[in-house]
Amino acid sequence: MSGAAVLDVQDLDVVYDTASGPARAVNRVSFALRPCQRLGLIGESGSGKTTMGTALMRLTRAPGRIAGGRILLDGADILTLSPRELRATRLRDIALIPQGAMSALNPVMRLRAQMVDAILAHEPGRSKVELDARISELLTRVGLDPVVADRYPHELSGGMKQRAVMAIATSLSPKVIVADEPTSALDVVVQRQVMQTLGRLQAGLGAAVVLIGHDMGLIAQFADTVGVMYAGRLVEIGPVAAMIEAPRHPYTQLLIDSLPGIDVKRRLTGIPGLPPPLVTLPDGCPFAPRCPLAHDRCRSELPSPQTVAPEHRVACHLYPEHESLPPFRAAEATA
Amino acid sequence: MTARFRAYLPGGVGSRLGGTLFFGLAILGTIALLSIIGPFLTDASLAQVGAVTPRRPPGGDYPLGTDAQGRDMLALMVHATPATLKMGLIAGVIGVGLGSVLGLIAGQFGGWVDAVIRVVSDSLLTVPAIAILVVIAGSIDRMTTGIMALVVASLSWMFTTRTVRAQVLTIRERGYIEVARVNGETPMEILFREVMPNVMPYIVASFVGTVSAAILAIIGLEALGLGSQDEMTLGNTIYWAQQSSAVLRGFWWWWAPPIVVIAMIFVGLFLTSVGFDRFANPRLERR
Amino acid sequence: MTAPLVELRGVKQVYGGFTALDTLTLSVPDRAATLAIAGESGSGKTTLARILLGFIEPTQGEVRYRGKDIATMTKAERFEFRREVQPIFQDPFDVFNPFYRIDHVLEMPLFRFGLARTKAEARPLIEDALERVGLRKQDTLGRFPHELSGGQRQRIMVARAVLLRPRLIVADEPVSMVDASLRATILDEIRDLNRNLGIAFVYITHDLTTAFQICDDIVVLYQGKVAEAGAVERVIGAPKHPYSQLLVSSIPLPDLSRRWGDEGMEVPAEQSDRRSDGCRFAPRCPHVMAKCWSVDPARSLADPDRAVACHLDTDGAPLSGEDIAQVFTEGDANEAATHA
Repeated sequence: MSGAAVLDVQDLDVVYDTASGPARAVNRVSFALRPCQRLGLIGESGSGKTTMGTALMRLTRAPGRIAGGRILLDGADILTLSPRELRATRLRDIALIPQGAMSALNPVMRLRAQMVDAILAHEPGRSKVELDARISELLTRVGLDPVVADRYPHELSGGMKQRAVMAIATSLSPKVIVADEPTSALDVVVQRQVMQTLGRLQAGLGAAVVLIGHDMGLIAQFADTVGVMYAGRLVEIGPVAAMIEAPRHPYTQLLIDSLPGIDVKRRLTGIPGLPPPLVTLPDGCPFAPRCPLAHDRCRSELPSPQTVAPEHRVACHLYPEHESLPPFRAAEATA
Repeated sequence: MTARFRAYLPGGVGSRLGGTLFFGLAILGTIALLSIIGPFLTDASLAQVGAVTPRRPPGGDYPLGTDAQGRDMLALMVHATPATLKMGLIAGVIGVGLGSVLGLIAGQFGGWVDAVIRVVSDSLLTVPAIAILVVIAGSIDRMTTGIMALVVASLSWMFTTRTVRAQVLTIRERGYIEVARVNGETPMEILFREVMPNVMPYIVASFVGTVSAAILAIIGLEALGLGSQDEMTLGNTIYWAQQSSAVLRGFWWWWAPPIVVIAMIFVGLFLTSVGFDRFANPRLERR
Repeated sequence: MTAPLVELRGVKQVYGGFTALDTLTLSVPDRAATLAIAGESGSGKTTLARILLGFIEPTQGEVRYRGKDIATMTKAERFEFRREVQPIFQDPFDVFNPFYRIDHVLEMPLFRFGLARTKAEARPLIEDALERVGLRKQDTLGRFPHELSGGQRQRIMVARAVLLRPRLIVADEPVSMVDASLRATILDEIRDLNRNLGIAFVYITHDLTTAFQICDDIVVLYQGKVAEAGAVERVIGAPKHPYSQLLVSSIPLPDLSRRWGDEGMEVPAEQSDRRSDGCRFAPRCPHVMAKCWSVDPARSLADPDRAVACHLDTDGAPLSGEDIAQVFTEGDANEAATHA
């Protein structure tokens, strides 16, 4: 694993122009990924994580727009690329598996035709023989039988469709794969299968992965680095072990606690309250209204990210005074 | 009603009542306004045959000139336009009304009812409407604007039926229909309370299209001479102009005004239809 | 012993050439039972839900509600059945008519089933139901569905189901389309309804953690047949059927000591391509034996509160009769012990 970052996001800002004013869906988010690194970006609905995903590919559509920051892909800022250069970069260097990708397959085209489209868009002039060989290889790589190429999407199961989409997305061996909730409609066993396929795919390509989701369990199983988003901000990011066993941000701890386990039946209260509307963010830390450990400073001053351990940053006023997260009871939240 | 549609569609609806819809409605509104007020401001008797000096070009007492039979063109336009609009509207309302009811029933009840309705509407769609209408209109002794409207309405309902039926079938798959069932609603209640409000945008869009087609058919029939002989309509005006060789004789003020008015009506209807489409279907807004 | 609430006897559901449910005999006891039906898609669990709700009539077999065969019910009996057995669906977006405010879906059942005659009469009942599911009336009443979050919408659907005070609620994947952090809260509210109002729940899911959390008993279905059934602590805590084991090991837990391995995931192609005339799970089973391909395993009592259908477990006692419900827990005696 080389030391240089393949994906370096610096102070990214993505804003939605709504009727009631600008909504800051992604708010000065920064992180860097090395090749082979697996980042899991977790957040509730409305945290800005999907916006983050589309922004990485510069696919943000009106009324959203990228309002600031840089996205360096192998050193080159994709936000400054010309449309032609950008088109070449997409899929070849960075690929996106969007949410609901299974339904993004064209229902009236056989899989083969759809895969050929993607490849020819970047490598025109390939012969049929070359294309067929490539397609077989791509399908096998995701654990599908090459005969699947001659089927229509509705003839495939959910898990198979998702893997087909992954095959298309990685057909040009990108350096970065962005997967936005790739298993959201899938059963637990198929989900595991798809995630393990993604892992093998990534390892084979030496690519970095950004996995976007809302299930801390899923992310813990797959990622080596976890980033937590709340109201458009990256509130904590660090190695998975630290994030799961000793998170620093109260929200991270609450997210972990909100998942039921299978050891003992216990009563779970989740995280009371709702995330703030992105148009009218409160002063201070956006999580303060729901935070069981909030104090006055939290409500007036926005915490900036600080490094609390190697590769581990958190944006919370508890640090650096505290060594670790103080214990609390979720029920005491003031929301 | 507007509040409901506003709520039906998330996001800033105001921005979606775009220029197209606004202009379309503005044009139609102006024409409608003139059609309503006009007759009070102009003397209908001036539009009768032989009322004034014939073949006068525009100017002086006759702002739009007079035709070969002594009708004041301005008075004629002012009275003919509402007549044509009225026919189109009646044909449109009957056509869409009938079409909607049939479409709702076919979609909701399925089975042989659906099969019958579908077969009838599909067959009639393939039939060249104008040809049939010519035959029907030609066989009526005394044509009036009312009868003309009915004749055209008889072949204006099929498209609406198909559209509405398709939409009903889609809506029936929705989760809220099943919820309505477990809430104890009867099939009829489900049809009118749950399904119909969601079909309304399609019905309205269909209405504009149907009225356009009806007006076109009516004008076409009248221009062929099959219209009501003693009532003033835009189509009849064209017919008489043609009969008197107005083009060859250079009486441009006879054939031009009705054409201009007809063109404006269609532009208005078209813009309204396109604009309403954008309103009802926000995803089109992007492009 | 009171007659069961719902009884399926030898129910078989076939769609074209495909058997969704194969000779299932199961009864839901007439007490505030909490039963989970777990399985992947294709297991027949959704078909089972629809049969329980009376939406479809099975190809074979009988479905009885409080002793009466649903297929031969009179209109009045069907009406009562409809009121007493209510669903909660999976998709919180699709279940609202976008044309109406959410009040509509809450008022309709009250009017139709005669629990209120005017909006004024309905209001207090609706507010009570909303409170029970943790919603504030000022946040929800009078709003349109698109103005509310997925979690709020699903809670409204739970409130709707409860309004009629049914005897049984069939919840088909009620939280799978809701954020993971919200699922537990909504499910706990469902559990409260069961305890406070005595409503029985059948919880259809593929997520075993939530099944464990709110249900006492579970039936694991695989391709239309029961693989394993019994008390949740047994079946999920220590699964015996290889399929249950696969399900449990696939649960993504935020626990680094329990990372996914490869066991049970990779089966050689010769095995997965082979057709089985015996046990349905043979093509995917890591412990498959020769017998499995030709003989369908019978169910046996591996424990007093657990039944398995697997050739690996043949030392258990045979079941007394067809009804799977015999392995279910007996009811409220367990409550105090299971909550920390």
